[in-house]
Amino acid sequence: MDELILEHGRAERHYWRDLWRYRELFYILAWRDISVRYKQTVMGVAWAIIQPLLTIFVMTIVFGTVAKLPSEGNAPYSILVFAAMLPWQFFSTSLASASQSLVGNANLISKVYFPRMIIPAGAVISSFIDFLVSFVILIALMVWFRFWPTWRLVLLPLFMAFALFAAIGPGLLITALNVKYRDFRYVIPFLIQFGLYASPVGFSSSLIRERFGDSVFAIYSLNPMVGVIDGFRWAILGGEISIYWPGFLVSCVIVALFLACGLWYFRKTEKSFADII
Amino acid sequence: MISVENLSKKYAVRHQASRRGGYRRLSEELWNAAKAPFTALFKQPTPSANDARAVSSHSEDFWALDDVSFDVQRGEVVGIIGRNGAGKSTLLKILSQITEPTKGRVRLRGRVASLLEVGTGFHPELTGRENTFLYGAILGMSKEEVRRKFDEIVAFAEIDKFVDTPVKRYSSGMYMRLAFSVAAQLEPDILLVDEVLAVGDSAFQKKCLGKMKSVTGEGRTVLFVSHNMAAIESLCSRCLLLDRGSKDCEGRPDDVIRRYMGLSNAACSGAVDFGPETRERFGPREFAVLHRLGMNDGAGNPLRTVRMGESVEVRLDVEFKQSGPGFEIGIAVVNMHGVSLHYFVSPWEGLHEVSSPGLKTIEVQIPAIYLFPGSYFLSVWVKRQGSGYDDAVHEALGFDVEEAALTAYPNYFARYSHNSQVYSPSHWRFVEQSRLC
Repeated sequence: MDELILEHGRAERHYWRDLWRYRELFYILAWRDISVRYKQTVMGVAWAIIQPLLTIFVMTIVFGTVAKLPSEGNAPYSILVFAAMLPWQFFSTSLASASQSLVGNANLISKVYFPRMIIPAGAVISSFIDFLVSFVILIALMVWFRFWPTWRLVLLPLFMAFALFAAIGPGLLITALNVKYRDFRYVIPFLIQFGLYASPVGFSSSLIRERFGDSVFAIYSLNPMVGVIDGFRWAILGGEISIYWPGFLVSCVIVALFLACGLWYFRKTEKSFADII
Repeated sequence: MISVENLSKKYAVRHQASRRGGYRRLSEELWNAAKAPFTALFKQPTPSANDARAVSSHSEDFWALDDVSFDVQRGEVVGIIGRNGAGKSTLLKILSQITEPTKGRVRLRGRVASLLEVGTGFHPELTGRENTFLYGAILGMSKEEVRRKFDEIVAFAEIDKFVDTPVKRYSSGMYMRLAFSVAAQLEPDILLVDEVLAVGDSAFQKKCLGKMKSVTGEGRTVLFVSHNMAAIESLCSRCLLLDRGSKDCEGRPDDVIRRYMGLSNAACSGAVDFGPETRERFGPREFAVLHRLGMNDGAGNPLRTVRMGESVEVRLDVEFKQSGPGFEIGIAVVNMHGVSLHYFVSPWEGLHEVSSPGLKTIEVQIPAIYLFPGSYFLSVWVKRQGSGYDDAVHEALGFDVEEAALTAYPNYFARYSHNSQVYSPSHWRFVEQSRLC
């Protein structure tokens, strides 16, 4: 019979082992979030498709047709937008749902022990499932425009993993801040709204580089979504699209930094969650 | 099985933030940070206010548990009792790993499960089947384990027809039964129970108590927190009394329960004098000071046990430091769970003016005590209307209520006293058919 010793600082020492031991709870909570989402909305899966489709439609008209911004290579403008819309949608829903996840599961947290990181991580994963569902739209768009991808598509899973890491770091940070400062949630929609235009979703990032030069673009890449979106376009659109690797590297460093920072801050505050939630 | 050594838990109580939970507002924090340099600049440095933060968030340490030690052997059922805020829930929270102790340690041998509030983590949109797996995982069962015991869970909960119905359509009884059956199948080595048996219909309560008995028969160790003294007495082999964070005593349940009843200020004498040792006393005592509280029967004899329906006279000695209108003196009847059942408040009955300062005796006539048989407390307070308690003593005086023939018919109140505590007279008759038309 295994013995468990509870004393001050125990959870700290066994952190990663506990996280592994509770993996099944993690799966089931993620599954709960997904199945509840698809049960509650009348339109179910349709919602995951209609929302991005409408956004692409608007963005293609505004940036492609009205502003006449150039696409990259020979890719149709809607596919250019959608290749960026996919990771952006994932990123923004992850942040939004992760930030609400702990407060929404307050009764669980104050009554049952498990590593708290399971909850926001589960929220990110359930957004990731939505993200996978939206790939169906991408395929449909490609068929519609008869756009054939290149070998680079094989590397897309790498960039998807990159997007996942890019979402988890800020997600954890925002979640912890949201428990501690309840009014932080008012800031989140603004951040997301702002981020949509600060990231190259509706236009090609090469526009920024051509107009302002490489050094400005390196600063622009401090927004981790720049790297993620460029990676997605590079893999999906193929052709003569080039990635500006120093900029991508900057995004990588920022993602790693956010991840480290998010993990650190979350672990620092999570012990007190049950007491303050 | 369980060994608790010098367990202590400290909370920092922030006085300013005490009105809501422990969380803060970012805007508030930023505002404080922004004005801190100015406050520091313009304020004369006084010993209490030289630090701007000390003013905005004065905090104080509070030991919810203070140096508690005990051991529980394999197969023992140990009851934990104590008034509200004695540290029972904090103890269970530490044992179930929800919070960490500040000092001391606990050794647990075997699988620990807690039967906390029923249905924690249930999702209303999911079906009974889905919730079973979800709740099982929350309690620490593997998917495989739940699958193996699924039929048994459904049978015990008596919900077989509704397994695939979303639980939002369940009655509260079904909901509870499902939650309990999942927990009952958990087969932990150590089970922590906090008051679940207080809810649900009585037939199911019996079933749960039976299940708990069989659980202990199988060599399981149970820690049982309850206000239900009858359940503690019938289920537990040993009992632990917590008082203000420390262990007051442990021993045979009936002895400890008796001690618990006596712990309130002066439970047995029918009267209590308030002094420096009085527990649970609050307020600045600026306008008035409570001195003595007593209960008498109609003839003036001190009363410790009241028969249902009997009239009672409460006497209160209060020293008033001021005179004038606007005083409020109140008495509350509180049950063992800390819930107030009756309020008797002087201004409601027209008494709110004090003619002159000094020590006065107030007499309160209560024509009939309509409480079900059981143990109760009187709490008492005095205040100026519109401000906080000036002097208050919670659960100042204990008394028992005995069954009595209130009506001319057999009325067996005691049998209902688990579920109800206040009796009210009513008149019953058949309405004649002809009047209905």
